[in-house]
Amino acid sequence: MKAYVSVFKLRLYHGLQYRAAALAGIATQFFFGFIFIMVYEAFYSQSTAAFPISLSQLITYVWLQQAFLAFVMLWFRDNELFQLITSGNVAYELCRPSGIYGLWYAKLLAQRLSSALLRSMPILVIAYILPKPYGMPLPHNSVSFLLFVLTLLLGLLMMVSLSMLMYISVFITLSPAGSLLMFAVIGEFLAGMVIPVPLMPTWLQNIVYVLPFRWAADFPFRVYSGHIPQDEALIGVAIQIIWLVLLVGLGKYTMTRVLRKIVVQGG
Amino acid sequence: MITINGISKTYQVAKRSSGIGQAFKSLFHREYTDVEALNDISFTVKPGEIVGYIGPNGAGKSTTIKVMSGILVPDSGSCTIMGYTPWKDRVAYVRNIGVVFGQRSQLWWDVPVIDSFELLRDIYKVPEQEYKANLALLTETLELQDIIGMPVRQLSLGQRMRCEIAASLLHSPSILFLDEPTIGLDAASKIAVRRFIRTINEEKGVTVILTTHDMNDIEALAQRIILIGKGKLLYDGSIDAIRNQFGTRKTIIALYRQQEAPLKIAGAVLESWSPERAVLSVDTEQVLISEVLISISQQVELIDIIIDTPPIEDMIIQLYKEHQI
Amino acid sequence: MRLYWKYIVILFKSQMQYRTSFWLLTLGQFLVPFSVFAGLYFLFERFGQIQGWNFQEVALCFSIIHMAFAISECFARGFDSFSGMVVNGEFDRVLVRPRSTVLQVLGSKFEFTRVGRLAQSTLVLIWAISQLPIEWTMLKAITLFFMVISGFFIFAGIFMLAAAMCFWTIQGLEVANIFTDGGKEMAQYPLNIYQKWVTRFFTFIIPFGCVNYLPLLYILDKTTGNDLPYILAPAAGIVFIAPCMLVWRVGVRHYRSTGS
Repeated sequence: MKAYVSVFKLRLYHGLQYRAAALAGIATQFFFGFIFIMVYEAFYSQSTAAFPISLSQLITYVWLQQAFLAFVMLWFRDNELFQLITSGNVAYELCRPSGIYGLWYAKLLAQRLSSALLRSMPILVIAYILPKPYGMPLPHNSVSFLLFVLTLLLGLLMMVSLSMLMYISVFITLSPAGSLLMFAVIGEFLAGMVIPVPLMPTWLQNIVYVLPFRWAADFPFRVYSGHIPQDEALIGVAIQIIWLVLLVGLGKYTMTRVLRKIVVQGG
Repeated sequence: MITINGISKTYQVAKRSSGIGQAFKSLFHREYTDVEALNDISFTVKPGEIVGYIGPNGAGKSTTIKVMSGILVPDSGSCTIMGYTPWKDRVAYVRNIGVVFGQRSQLWWDVPVIDSFELLRDIYKVPEQEYKANLALLTETLELQDIIGMPVRQLSLGQRMRCEIAASLLHSPSILFLDEPTIGLDAASKIAVRRFIRTINEEKGVTVILTTHDMNDIEALAQRIILIGKGKLLYDGSIDAIRNQFGTRKTIIALYRQQEAPLKIAGAVLESWSPERAVLSVDTEQVLISEVLISISQQVELIDIIIDTPPIEDMIIQLYKEHQI
Repeated sequence: MRLYWKYIVILFKSQMQYRTSFWLLTLGQFLVPFSVFAGLYFLFERFGQIQGWNFQEVALCFSIIHMAFAISECFARGFDSFSGMVVNGEFDRVLVRPRSTVLQVLGSKFEFTRVGRLAQSTLVLIWAISQLPIEWTMLKAITLFFMVISGFFIFAGIFMLAAAMCFWTIQGLEVANIFTDGGKEMAQYPLNIYQKWVTRFFTFIIPFGCVNYLPLLYILDKTTGNDLPYILAPAAGIVFIAPCMLVWRVGVRHYRSTGS
């Protein structure tokens, strides 16, 4: 356990060093947030018909999306890991006494946390104090806030286990960039990062709901704004946990399989 | 050919500090320290010379090469190379020089060497006739026939370095700057590179400025060395002069028939001794070698004797020590 | 120009060494804007139109800016990834060669996989044009062509500005993404849906509006009064890149007086 903690710490410090990049990231995220909100504002302004999600809930969705982008992004490459795998140097990692799945998991988790820690706070603070209509309202109530934090963290863990599967697939394809880019693009779309899930057509929503991706983004964001009621959210937490167990289990299983194959082949 | 007069260059280096608080501060305000990379450097080089430019790491060798190749503008001083000021008429000037950075490649990694050569021909606008003649000469002297069609990533370091040097000579430059051309090469490749540098110097009259840490390069190639340390020019002259200055201490190894009594030689220091073998060190300015030899042969029955001059490497280290760098 | 072509050829050969990876990446690059376009489609399916613009019109808007972006990512990639060149000292090599630094940096990298992106936006363009009841004239076609070219100039100019900043610092340059990625994101919708300050900024400072929104009004016959200013608006792209070149030169001079 100690090994995981120190890998985690090391990554966290390393990530925190890139302050200038974080500042730039914050500015970019802000800009994107504004653009999205203005686009939705324009869409909403022209009709009074009932929409599946209110504008203020949508704005919350956008700001949370921007603030926690690092949690959700699938296109988050760790070139060190890629090189480790493609060059066959992964053999060195195998010499270490700790489980490789756990170590990498800790590393990826720390990367996402460090990059989100720097970015989310400033974005959230400014989003709160922005004037209407751009401002983000406070959480629905304290219970939904607590639920939000819980679902967000569970979602983060899910995303990391999903990206672990991506890295494991590199063992087989050995050509990371292309296939991963496709996986990431589709995954992010299905997580509600391109357009919010409630605005998708019903048939697509039905697909989204059976896949794991939306649990990391769409779900916590809507819990925050109260768009998903609390009793539903509790059921959601249970589903998140089930997904998490499944994904980690699958990851560990395939990892051992793949590694065994590598050891047999001699690298 | 090259006239450098009083060149100075000072860098500002940002201070890096640790700790989150400090790091955050540095986002807005940075402290700088001045580093004098070059301090009043002057020398001249005649056409056809090979000059070894040496000094410990961080002495300012690379900075000087950068100034001479027009990459860097110095703070003060003048530099005239073939009538040009390198940093003023960059495009016109660099047509006349070739530069090899030993640690970096100028070849395109994934394509055959010949493709890189052809692109360089277009970059330098080398006339077809001249290009063909140069390519033929380079291929022959550097023995590139077998490797010219291979992608660079498949070449060994020695093969690559030969191609690098060829690449920087395709446009028939009058001056060649070589920044550590033998770094990381095995013994055979080093010798091949040295031989080639000598060949193009003799046959095409190319002036060569060479920086290196390998004194064997210097000994094999340069008639003249320029030594710098901490940005200052410390020595400019022939290798022989250094030898005369620092090479006066010789080591004498004597092998002889078994004898129990240690040797006693006036004017020589006994470094080690055994009943069959003795090592002495002698300063030839204090005492003549012949006297020492006579003295030895009087005391023991000599089987063999070796008189050794210290390697140039040691002399350079002494030179560094003398200048405290 | 001939030399530039040579650079393209040699880098194409290099990328072709890794064929599978190349095709997969190209396909991935096709999918990136495709997912954005799909999002656009779903929004219009729900809302019908945005501030008087229908889906086909916005699709045209989308395709033009994405085409310009794809072309600039393909050809001006050398500037986009320039910080690496400064860090590893490759720029010194550029300075000892007797050609302009701009040409050499442009020639240092081509991202051919962006052809995937270009293909996607070209398809959208063709589709949008086939769907829209535009009365095509020679002048409209020329305007459309220059919209893409000028868009390329703006993106390339921003890349160049960011690259020039590398001579001072290599940190925080991601800020340029606001104007490239963000500009692309924003300019895929007609500019009039945004707040005034956004519209003004992206018309007069970074003239995305001039290469996309304004001439589009002319092509779609949405103008009132004289068409000429709308036809000439894409010229702003050239006006934009000129000062960027200047900043680049200042940056090179700075580099040569301070070193890396």
